[in-house]
Amino acid sequence: MHPAFSVIFLTTLIGVGQGLFLALYTGQVYTLAKLLPAQDSVSFYAFGGLLALLFLIGGLLASFFHLGHPERAWRAASQWRTSWLSREVIVLPVFMFLVALYAVIHFLGWTMPLFVIADTLAVDLTLIIGFLASIAAFALFISTAMIYACLKFLQEWHSPLTVANYTLLGIASGFMLAAAFSAYTDVDLVVFFGVWAVIFTLMGFITRAASLIRNKQLRHKFNLKSAIGVRHSQMTQKAQGFMGGSFNTREFFHGKSKALVQLVKYTFLLLVFVVPVLLVGASYALESSTLPIFAFVAQYLGLMVERWYFFADAKHPQNLYYQSMS
Amino acid sequence: MTQLALVIDLNVCVGCHACVTSCKEWNTSGWAGPMPDERAYDADPSGVFFNRVQTYEIGVFPNTETLHFPKSCLHCEDPPCVPVCPTGASYKREDNGVVLVDYDKCIGCKYCSWACPYGAREFDEQGKVMKKCTLCIDRITDMTLPESERKPACVLACPTSARIYGDVHDPGSEASQAIREQGGYQLMPEWGTEPANHYLPRRKIRMHIHEDELVRADNPLSKEGVELPFDQGETLDDVAW
Repeated sequence: MHPAFSVIFLTTLIGVGQGLFLALYTGQVYTLAKLLPAQDSVSFYAFGGLLALLFLIGGLLASFFHLGHPERAWRAASQWRTSWLSREVIVLPVFMFLVALYAVIHFLGWTMPLFVIADTLAVDLTLIIGFLASIAAFALFISTAMIYACLKFLQEWHSPLTVANYTLLGIASGFMLAAAFSAYTDVDLVVFFGVWAVIFTLMGFITRAASLIRNKQLRHKFNLKSAIGVRHSQMTQKAQGFMGGSFNTREFFHGKSKALVQLVKYTFLLLVFVVPVLLVGASYALESSTLPIFAFVAQYLGLMVERWYFFADAKHPQNLYYQSMS
Repeated sequence: MTQLALVIDLNVCVGCHACVTSCKEWNTSGWAGPMPDERAYDADPSGVFFNRVQTYEIGVFPNTETLHFPKSCLHCEDPPCVPVCPTGASYKREDNGVVLVDYDKCIGCKYCSWACPYGAREFDEQGKVMKKCTLCIDRITDMTLPESERKPACVLACPTSARIYGDVHDPGSEASQAIREQGGYQLMPEWGTEPANHYLPRRKIRMHIHEDELVRADNPLSKEGVELPFDQGETLDDVAW
């Protein structure tokens, strides 16, 4: 498949936004259980929520560049019964609204407990909104990944590993940003978020490596025999019906050499998994407040490369019909 | 239920591209148009087509055979492109089974083209919507046309009658009969898309000449082997002696 930059930006940016929100909410829940010191509502949760929202808005804007008719995008909410894309189109704004609400409530300081469960758990408005937003965050991960995983013809994508990768890599990059945000705002949660970011990065490494191994061993169901219905072991295309290009020759081929694709693979393995973990480790040892930021930037760039590879890796069966020009 | 479709006889197709040009001519100015061409006279031309004729070489020289393979939307009975569409622009007509795109609803996200294993959909870069073969829906449903012309443009144009059009759910139709009697098959049946369009295979006609057809076993004199005094011409049977 030809990697589309709008989709690369969309999936990576909203992944960070979802992960960052989940990180903030995890921090809040830990605080509730008195496992972490309480953080300031405005400077930490409200601005953290705003940061998550900015990433989500960035992703949403990027998605519009993928559309031929962005002015009709509202129509995309209509087929939620059958289309994962439609489900994503619904869940994304719902999630953004809940994150915005979460940030605004924190900003206004409406964090007085509404009721107390069993004399210990003080439930305030942000806890309820945050819980709903967390559900939306996971629903969004699933919707985004299922857009790809549900296409059975693209066997590289048609696997539960696709959902696991989108979810874990999104959460990892979000926790990485939470660590960077904590370091930047001088909040004492760098180690907490950093450790979780490393855990999620390693979990993401396991599932991504598993999908790389799976795809390498993949035997494609399709072949030219069933594509044109002729049983012969030696068949070649002599003409595809036109001498120039067409949508079919552009959309489904990445057009890059095998060596470059391999290079891209090793680049993302290094940038997404190795470099951020080393940088977080180094920041812990050196007590540096800038290294977590570099760790996040490296991982984010790596995720863009990873998404590019994700597209380039998938082989569309229609390519069987477009093998020879003349 | 009716399922209109094409049955393409690969034994008859000569690869003349008449279906391609007549398709473009009819549809670019009709209901499904336009089908814009870009850089038509420049180095890297590109254009929207609903139908392509491809050519394959089967076997290795000198034992090769050329296969001309017309390829358009197969109007699947379980079309994978329809449920993935987020707007409902891609749909399958209830009354005749033709898969269509509503250009006014299409947002141009191209997701349907990813979901089609046959590459039957082509994106219109100028209209920014997805386009595809409509089976000439504006011809086949036009009751003002005489019945003989209520057929897709490609079918009417084919000089060798390699394209049969009809209802593949009606067992008595010419299309169904051709599929049944001449080994009609579907493309990539492994995906379970149930393409309505079928292809008829190449059928080799070979003449088998047995030994006893060359040597007349019933000739009591066995004259075939005898050296005759003068030239006998083409065959023994022409000679009276």
